[in-house]
Amino acid sequence: MGEEYGTHKKCKYQLCIEECPAGGFPLFRNPDPYRDRFFHHRGRIQSGIDFAGGSIIQYKFEERPPLSELRDVLKEAGLGKSIIQTFGNPKEVVMKLSEGSDVEHLKNIMREKYGEGADIRREETVGPSIGRDLKNQAFWAVLWSLVGILIYISWRFELKYAIGAIAALFHDVLITLGAFALFKYEFNTPVLAAILTIIGYSLNDTIVVFDRIRENIRIERPRSTQHYEGVVNGAINASLSRTIITSLTTLFVVIVLFFFGGEVLRNFSFALLIGIIVGTYSSVFIASPILIEAHLRVGAKK
Amino acid sequence: MKRVEKWKWVLIILVFILMVLTSLPSAGLIKDEKIAKFFPGKVNLGLDLQGGTHVVFEADVEDLREKYAERNQELKKSDIEEAMARAMEILTNRIDKFGVTEPLIQRQGTDRIILELAGVKDPERVAEVVGKTAYLEFKLVSDINPAEYLDENGEPLPEKQIPAQLQLRYEKDEETGRRIPYLLVKDQVVPGATLTDAYVTTKNAEYVVGFRLNPEGAREFARITESNVGGRLAIVLDDVVVSAPRINSEIPSGEGVIEGGFTAETARDLALILKTGALPVKLNIAEERTVGASLGRDSIRAGIKAIIIGFIAVIIFMMIYYGLSGFIADTALIFNLIIILGVLVLFNATLTLPGLAGIILTIGMSVDANVLIFERIREELKNNKSVGKAVENGFSRAFITILDANITTVITAVVLYNFGTGPIKGFAVTLMIGILASMFTALFVSRVIFQTFLARKNVTKLSI
Repeated sequence: MGEEYGTHKKCKYQLCIEECPAGGFPLFRNPDPYRDRFFHHRGRIQSGIDFAGGSIIQYKFEERPPLSELRDVLKEAGLGKSIIQTFGNPKEVVMKLSEGSDVEHLKNIMREKYGEGADIRREETVGPSIGRDLKNQAFWAVLWSLVGILIYISWRFELKYAIGAIAALFHDVLITLGAFALFKYEFNTPVLAAILTIIGYSLNDTIVVFDRIRENIRIERPRSTQHYEGVVNGAINASLSRTIITSLTTLFVVIVLFFFGGEVLRNFSFALLIGIIVGTYSSVFIASPILIEAHLRVGAKK
Repeated sequence: MKRVEKWKWVLIILVFILMVLTSLPSAGLIKDEKIAKFFPGKVNLGLDLQGGTHVVFEADVEDLREKYAERNQELKKSDIEEAMARAMEILTNRIDKFGVTEPLIQRQGTDRIILELAGVKDPERVAEVVGKTAYLEFKLVSDINPAEYLDENGEPLPEKQIPAQLQLRYEKDEETGRRIPYLLVKDQVVPGATLTDAYVTTKNAEYVVGFRLNPEGAREFARITESNVGGRLAIVLDDVVVSAPRINSEIPSGEGVIEGGFTAETARDLALILKTGALPVKLNIAEERTVGASLGRDSIRAGIKAIIIGFIAVIIFMMIYYGLSGFIADTALIFNLIIILGVLVLFNATLTLPGLAGIILTIGMSVDANVLIFERIREELKNNKSVGKAVENGFSRAFITILDANITTVITAVVLYNFGTGPIKGFAVTLMIGILASMFTALFVSRVIFQTFLARKNVTKLSI
């Protein structure tokens, strides 16, 4: 259990967004070793070169040599620790090199060895200063969209609705991130864009539910807590079909995007796929109960 | 049921015609250039779709500060600014000479320059070549054998100080990959800034770069060569020795050639960057992304395939689930796609791969609005409202919901636009256009269609 990360003992029970142990971003820690038996740790979120720095180079071969042979080429170039995997179709491979790797040297060796048989499809190098900036930008982008949404919902609805909506957002984003760690997808800038889209879209759904709740509360004017819960429940039921169908049409196209949109966008569409499913569920099961809680603690005092 | 005002239809038809016309060339339907002239042009494709290189250069401010310190000057902010402005100018000039069409050169922050190249054969090489400092110097080679100061690897020995008037520089032997050390005399210099022309020529069947100095440089060149006949003169480019030919006689003309085992291409590159002058500050490559044209084409193909499949899936679903009303929603959806394409062209926006994904996402999200309205109409009908009343209530009640739900997505799209880089910006743009267009098509266009339909006949039943 966790042996493959033996060198990073510190990270064994935490989910990190960047390379550990150099200042990981712990999403959760497992304080109870017994729990380990049930929650099998699948690793951390793999951060792409956009945030971690480094290079990737994608080749398309007329006839792909076995990966072991390509690993030897990497060793020859002094880049033995690089990651290599097929990409999309069996003829293409992506090599992921750590920061400061001599990409030109590798390209020269590849050219000598395979000549025209290996076509460079894509090549990206991100230096440390850019990676740092992107991380910063990512943080502010998420923060600003949350602030913007909090303000908008508080203005259009009430603060307690905003609390419920934001709680659902955190839920959606956390689960999406968790899915990334679980399925070992890489986290890069398009995925960040997808996360922000999920933030926007999950709200789309939450608002559809909240809108009906608000409308019914205006009509019924519940006095007791139980009545309030009843009204919320009734509103959820009344809008259930539209909640599901609105998400369903978007889900259709995201599924299509995931399967047909090409390999470059796979991470991006995976994030959307998870986010939209979870976002729909959370509108009913997270946002609404928390709205009731918030109503009891905050709203009722008014 | 009151009649629909005429202006609504006029508006819809005008928008439709405008958008169809602007998007025609992009759809590949207009090939004749004479006719194409009358259109606002095609949609711009991002580098990830058409292939190309995106490079971010970062000025080496520390290096510049050291250079200033050598001259006992302090580096001020205005100096950096000036150097960057000059670097931009030189880069533009070099790119221009390379004959790249429509490059993008942009300042970012205080010390970065973004360069985007598309439509050249080897964009990555071009970007690397134009980013070279190209700081040229001619320096005398000292008689002292550098081996005295070096270990077997060519590294300076720590216990032996190199004399203060000399400096250690290397020449890289391309064939063996070994470095050849030189000790150069620091103050015997002809600065490269006196160079007026550089060109490719041949000598002994090898490509060399010929150069010409201005009168001042020529005088200096003559003085140094005259008093050092038999010695060697190193040609130093960006602190690396390119070659160090022996001085056979005085060279009064200020003309000469640089030998360095060039190919036709590398000789041309060097001549070009020498002619445009040295960059005032060293530029490091902080980020470099290259997408091959073949991958770009594949991405477009995959994107369009996904759009078509997603589109068909949604259209069929809406028709099955909502009958004739679904057909109206589908009409609105097609209109929506045309608007997205048209607006992209009109605003000269760039379509990227995530942007294509944004269009696909919009297909799903734009029928959301219709679903909200239709579900509402169904509820109203269940409550035994008349068809006309149900449709009116459906649209007006769903309006607020749709507005609120879409504005939150617009908020995140705006944030994305402001924080994102090229491809992500493209996503934010299509998402924003798509959402705004879907509000127009769902709330206005399909409503007008419904109203027109209901005004004509006395409808008692609605297929929804």
